[in-house]
Amino acid sequence: MTISPQAFTFVRELVRAESAIVLDTGKEYLVESRLVPLARAAGHPDVDAYVADLSKRRTPAALKLVVEALTTNETSWFRDSDPFTALRQTVFPALAKTRANRTLRIWAGACSSGQEPYSIVMTALDTPELAGWKVEVVATDLSEEMLTRSRKGEYSQLEVNRGLPATTLVRHFERAGLNWRINQSIRDRVEFRSLNLTRPFPPIGRFDVVFLRNVLIYFDLPTKRDVLKRVRQVMAPDGHLFLGAAEMTMGVDDAWERVPAGRSSVYRIREAVKMEGSTCVL
Amino acid sequence: MRALIVDDSRAMRRIVGRILGDAGFEVLEAGDGQEALNVLEGLDGPPELACVDWNMPVMDGLTFITEVRKRPEWRSITLMMVTTESESDRIVRALAAGAHEYLIKPFTGEAMLEKLDLLGLLRTSTGV
Repeated sequence: MTISPQAFTFVRELVRAESAIVLDTGKEYLVESRLVPLARAAGHPDVDAYVADLSKRRTPAALKLVVEALTTNETSWFRDSDPFTALRQTVFPALAKTRANRTLRIWAGACSSGQEPYSIVMTALDTPELAGWKVEVVATDLSEEMLTRSRKGEYSQLEVNRGLPATTLVRHFERAGLNWRINQSIRDRVEFRSLNLTRPFPPIGRFDVVFLRNVLIYFDLPTKRDVLKRVRQVMAPDGHLFLGAAEMTMGVDDAWERVPAGRSSVYRIREAVKMEGSTCVL
Repeated sequence: MRALIVDDSRAMRRIVGRILGDAGFEVLEAGDGQEALNVLEGLDGPPELACVDWNMPVMDGLTFITEVRKRPEWRSITLMMVTTESESDRIVRALAAGAHEYLIKPFTGEAMLEKLDLLGLLRTSTGV
C-alpha cells in the first residue's frame, strides 16, 4: 500500500519545520520507503498507522527519528571525483602558498555517513604541498544517527565498493569482521558535530574550504539564500566553497562568484563584497 | 571501446555484460583465464578493459593477469579484478600482479560505473 495523503502531509510539514527540506508531491514513495523500517520497529502494521500514532503522541524523540530518516542520503567516496581532483590539484596548492601557519580548516556540511569528510582527509594526505601541514576537518550533520555512524568509521562491503580506489582501501582501511574500518589516524583528523544548517550556526570558527554539496537542492529559495549568507560569515575571505553539480549561487546569493577549478568549479566571495566587510571572524 | 569479461559464471558474465554494454562497451566473454588468453590472441588489437574473476577452473584470474602483464602488446589493457575474495592481502596481491582496480562481489551497477570512472573509462566523468 502507499502512504495516505494525510500521513504524507503530516510528514512533509514536520520535515519542513525541522529541517527546511521540502518534500514535494511525488515524494510519497520516498517517505514510505524510509518510514517502513521505523513503523515496523514501533510495532505498527504500516506507515499510515505509525504516522497516525506519531501525530497523536508527538514524542520529540520519535519525531526526530522521522526527520532523520528523511534527511539522510546515500553517498559514495570521492563523490563525482572532479571536486576532489580540483581540491588536490588546484585548491590545496593555492591555499598552501598563502597560509604561513601551515594549517587548513575545512568544513563538510551535511556529511551524512562520513564518506565526504574522510575523502577530504585522504585527498589532503595525497597532496604533496600539504606534507607536514595540520588539516582540520569539521563534519556536521542534522542526524545524530549518521554522526554516530561516521565517528565509528565502519563501512560495509557495498559501501567501500562505491568510488573508493582499491589502493586507497588497502592503504587507509582495515577489516572489521565483514566490514571495513577507516584507520584511526584518519578518524582522528575529523571532528563530527551536530548542526542544523537552517538555524544560526554555533561557534565553529573560520574555514578555508567548505563542502556543501547536494544539500541546498532540498531547501526553498529563502533558506538557500540564508544558508549561503551565513556560510560567507564563517569563510576565510580567500576561501573556497564547493557545491553539488546541480547547485549554484547565481540568483540566490550573488555575493559569490563561480571560478573554474580543473574540471570542476568552486565559489569564491566577490572582491566587492569582501570590501564591504561582510566576512567576519567568529 | 571493447571489454573482455572473464568469469566462469554465465550469470555473472550476463550481469557485467549488461552494465558495460549500457556504458557503451562492445562486450567479449571468456569462461576462464586460458580461454581469455586465446580470445586476446585472436583479436586484431587489445580491448580497453578486462574484468576478471579470481576463482575459475583451468586458469585463475591472478594467473591470467600475470600472463597479460608479461606481454608488451597488451600493456594498454586496463585490468579490473571482480571477485568475492575480499581480504586485504588478496587485494594487495592482485594489485601487485598488475590489476588496476578491484571490485568486490556483490556490487551494484553504480559501483561498477564509479570504478570505470576512476579508471577514466567512462565517456563522461560525472553523472554516475
